[in-house]
Amino acid sequence: MDPLLITLAKALLLCLTLLGVFAYMTVIERRILARMQHRLGPNRVGPFGLLQPIADAIKSIFKEDIVVSAADRLIYFLAPFISITFALSAFGAIPAGPAGSLFGFDPWIMDLDIGLLYVFAATSIGVYGIFLGGWASNSKYALLGSLRSSAQLISYELGLGFSALTVLMIAGTLNLREIVELNVWSVSPLLWLPLAVAFFTFLISGIAEVNRTPFDLPEAEQEIVAGYLTEYSSIKWALFQMAEYVNMMTAAAVVSTLFLGGWRGPGFVDAFIPGMSEWPFIWLILKMAIFMFLFIWLRGTLPRFRYDQLMRFGWVYLFEIALGAALLAGAVIVFAG
Amino acid sequence: MTVKERETAVRVAEHAGSEFETKYMRINVGPQHPSTHGVLRLVVDLDGERIAGIKPQIGYLHTGFEKTMENRTYQQGVTYSNRMDYLHGFGHDLAYVLSVEKLLDAKVPIRAEQIRVILNELNRIASHLVFFGTGILDMGALTLFFYTMREREKILDLFEMVSGVRMNYGYFRVGGLSKDLPEEFVPAARAFCNEFPRMLEQYATMFVKNDIFVNRTKGIGVISKEQALDYGLTGPSLRASGVPLDFRKAQPYSGYENYDFDVPTSEVGDAFVRFMMRFEEMSESLKIVVQVLDQLEEGPVKDPDRRISLPPRSELETSMEAVIFHFKLVTEGFHPPRGEVYVPTESARGELGYYLVSDGGSMPYRVKVRVPSLMNLQSLEPACIGGLFADMVVNIASMDPVMGDVDK
Repeated sequence: MDPLLITLAKALLLCLTLLGVFAYMTVIERRILARMQHRLGPNRVGPFGLLQPIADAIKSIFKEDIVVSAADRLIYFLAPFISITFALSAFGAIPAGPAGSLFGFDPWIMDLDIGLLYVFAATSIGVYGIFLGGWASNSKYALLGSLRSSAQLISYELGLGFSALTVLMIAGTLNLREIVELNVWSVSPLLWLPLAVAFFTFLISGIAEVNRTPFDLPEAEQEIVAGYLTEYSSIKWALFQMAEYVNMMTAAAVVSTLFLGGWRGPGFVDAFIPGMSEWPFIWLILKMAIFMFLFIWLRGTLPRFRYDQLMRFGWVYLFEIALGAALLAGAVIVFAG
Repeated sequence: MTVKERETAVRVAEHAGSEFETKYMRINVGPQHPSTHGVLRLVVDLDGERIAGIKPQIGYLHTGFEKTMENRTYQQGVTYSNRMDYLHGFGHDLAYVLSVEKLLDAKVPIRAEQIRVILNELNRIASHLVFFGTGILDMGALTLFFYTMREREKILDLFEMVSGVRMNYGYFRVGGLSKDLPEEFVPAARAFCNEFPRMLEQYATMFVKNDIFVNRTKGIGVISKEQALDYGLTGPSLRASGVPLDFRKAQPYSGYENYDFDVPTSEVGDAFVRFMMRFEEMSESLKIVVQVLDQLEEGPVKDPDRRISLPPRSELETSMEAVIFHFKLVTEGFHPPRGEVYVPTESARGELGYYLVSDGGSMPYRVKVRVPSLMNLQSLEPACIGGLFADMVVNIASMDPVMGDVDK
């Protein structure tokens, strides 16, 4: 078969899956939050509220699509598409199982040698959607939201980059598939400390990257109403929401892939069912689910950082700690490896 | 350069130095904004995210209660007083009936005073619970709001027991109470008092020990002692700035002098302390409730004077005199002597008092309410200027304004 056709089919499958998961993540998030908050959550539409996302989708499609008269129409229209496009494409480089495990095909869309760089590039461009959307809305609240999102971008990207650097130095490759196959934890016990530190800094920066509580400044509803989303309605608003959730999933998948062995399961399960740790999809999905739950849990627990506090946190703590971990890893590799 | 751009450039150049030149971004916050606690509108001048100027605009919830009360009999006024500050309704009821009682020189039975104190303090706790829930909601934490609402619900259940409604109680009467407590109230109130300290500990772990909360509030919106006094700040916010003024201690009313409680005070004056004052006040209020429940006396709950209180229903069938008093009170009300009166009380937000002028008629000649929220809101300006936009939200929350109380 034509490899291009196969790639296209896989990309389509991935998009549909991600959007389907997005729809149900909203329900799951609302249900989990409700449990944490002594409420019931959405449970009226269908059994256990399972048809809620369909109702939500119909609602957001049929709502009036308001365009602010003084908006920069082209950019205003493009912004949500930039967000969703790059959110979806970032996921493409993440491997979900061993080669040939998807009905004889490889369970990834692209096997890129610059895989991690590609993911970082795509998610960073995704921020342009937020930034441009807020700017093009010609609303003061939206402008504040987009300013915050660009300020946030430069504060967490450093921590994110240096945490990833630790893994890259150990693995010696940017290819996500090779990083998973190598298993960075098995290289040397001396590297466990920098890896553990980098894991936490990466996770925290990841939460900032996807604009989730406690770093949800660009859409801090109690301060700037809805931030960059203020003037968006109907399906464009829904696209931004989609992008946010897909970004969450990407962040969860990248953390799992870099630090937790990606699609590989823990070795001890092979004692029960031989080969179980090599099963495709299930382990990656499980690890992602843990992080998704963590994101929701944090949202139910923590208040929001202030704008300047996040900047200071990013520049003074995250950046320094991640840099320290990277230096330590480098020293271990040079002198002990 | 397009025509439009050139026109803009010309316009900007024309206005240089004039009043149309803009250095700051003027942004309109409210009256429909998620965290202005009702319909407060703020016109804020922003320099980036820093606040250069802030002007509160009020009046979006103006209801004309004062004027309405001037056209109702004194007893009917209880219907309106609790609607102003809907979160601390009993406080307003108490302030109103105290003023009228002073005008009339009514004798309120001890049991009625004790029940008033119980309800007032429980309502103070309920009001502070809303304050905490919404305050921390303004910082982006959703969950504590639902927890505080859960406890507030238990207090509202108690209020429903005594007055039949959960809001706008109208339970106090000039000269006492509308009826005695139901039997199940005292055990239910005791049960609440026993479990509430555990809840307070839960709240403490959720926010007082939360680093993000502490960082968001410490050193924010500092109001000095002098500023606080100049701007007429009262209540917990004033005590946070170092003035230990609490009318329950300073000018005791309704027998507050008989109960042992502390007035939490601090010298710091920032938003964190304003939150903490109220947090500590909740346990002090609980202390008062427990004491009153222990000392609760049996007896009547209305002034026996027939010119003030309605006669019991049973007497109407046997006594002509009772029928006459009943008729006079219902159709016309009582006539306090000429004079004016003001009794300051301590509501959950600060000094609250009803200034009443009587011309000897059955309706007050003038009603003026000294509401704490309105005066407290003035300090928003010194607290916010120079701070960040996100701090403004924290400052509003820490002042605890109720817009019904502000606009009346």
